[in-house]
Amino acid sequence: MPWEVLEFSDFFKFNWKDSIWNLTVVLGAIIGGFIAVQFLSNDRITDLNPATISELTALGFGNSGETLVPNELFNLEAITSIKGLAILIIGGLLVGFGTRYAGGCTSGHAITGLSSLQGPSLIAVIGFFLGGLLMTNFILPLLF
Amino acid sequence: MKYLKFLLVGIVFGIVLVKSEAVSWYRIYEMFRFQSFHMYGIIGTAIATGILFLQISKRSKIKSIKGADIFVPKKEKGFTRYIIGGLIFGLGWALIGVCPGPMYILLGTGVYSMLIVIAAALVGTFIYGLLKNKLPH
Repeated sequence: MPWEVLEFSDFFKFNWKDSIWNLTVVLGAIIGGFIAVQFLSNDRITDLNPATISELTALGFGNSGETLVPNELFNLEAITSIKGLAILIIGGLLVGFGTRYAGGCTSGHAITGLSSLQGPSLIAVIGFFLGGLLMTNFILPLLF
Repeated sequence: MKYLKFLLVGIVFGIVLVKSEAVSWYRIYEMFRFQSFHMYGIIGTAIATGILFLQISKRSKIKSIKGADIFVPKKEKGFTRYIIGGLIFGLGWALIGVCPGPMYILLGTGVYSMLIVIAAALVGTFIYGLLKNKLPH
């Protein structure tokens, strides 16, 4: 049986009560995002490098910088297409899996890890950048 | 009330990341094309502030509100998990333009399709939990 083959690791043994503070920070982050756009926004367009805008236009991304995320990836039309849905799911899987495998994300490794001068975090950040450079420079142009 | 401070930290985190444009997919693209200093400036400033605070708190023995020493827990030694895990993370980060924090922040800004990304990320975490004992670390 698959569930016997996939032996549950100690990864799943944790106490929910000890993690309430984590979830509270996450809830705060959602509220923070809401406050920022509802009350602290001046509708300023993201001041991107003109070279970035023309590259993205050539790839098929219009109105670059007018929103925080491209409509071409996140609007209803995108998420109801197979390609668009696949991109969000694959992206989410990569970030979720990668964060746990590397033992941290941009906050945990790049910011707090490097701030506390830890070698493993430097390796992880090098990994973040290798992956990011690969995606933006070589894979993204193939997808669009 | 015990959790109010955590809620406030989250709120400040969310506001700062929106107002600094760190949650912008376009800023991530621009960073990985080396077309702007913007993201490097944000990350660099955050690291510099972190180093300064951690060093000052260590030397002047500033305690946390609970009276404990302030420190960042030591990461386990290793190489494979950091470079491969990091690479996988980076691929996803540049594709959808979000790391774990901004997923939730953007949801708060009204990008509801981020729920798909959040669900997929949770599944990714679950898959790691299943495979953990079989992966090189």
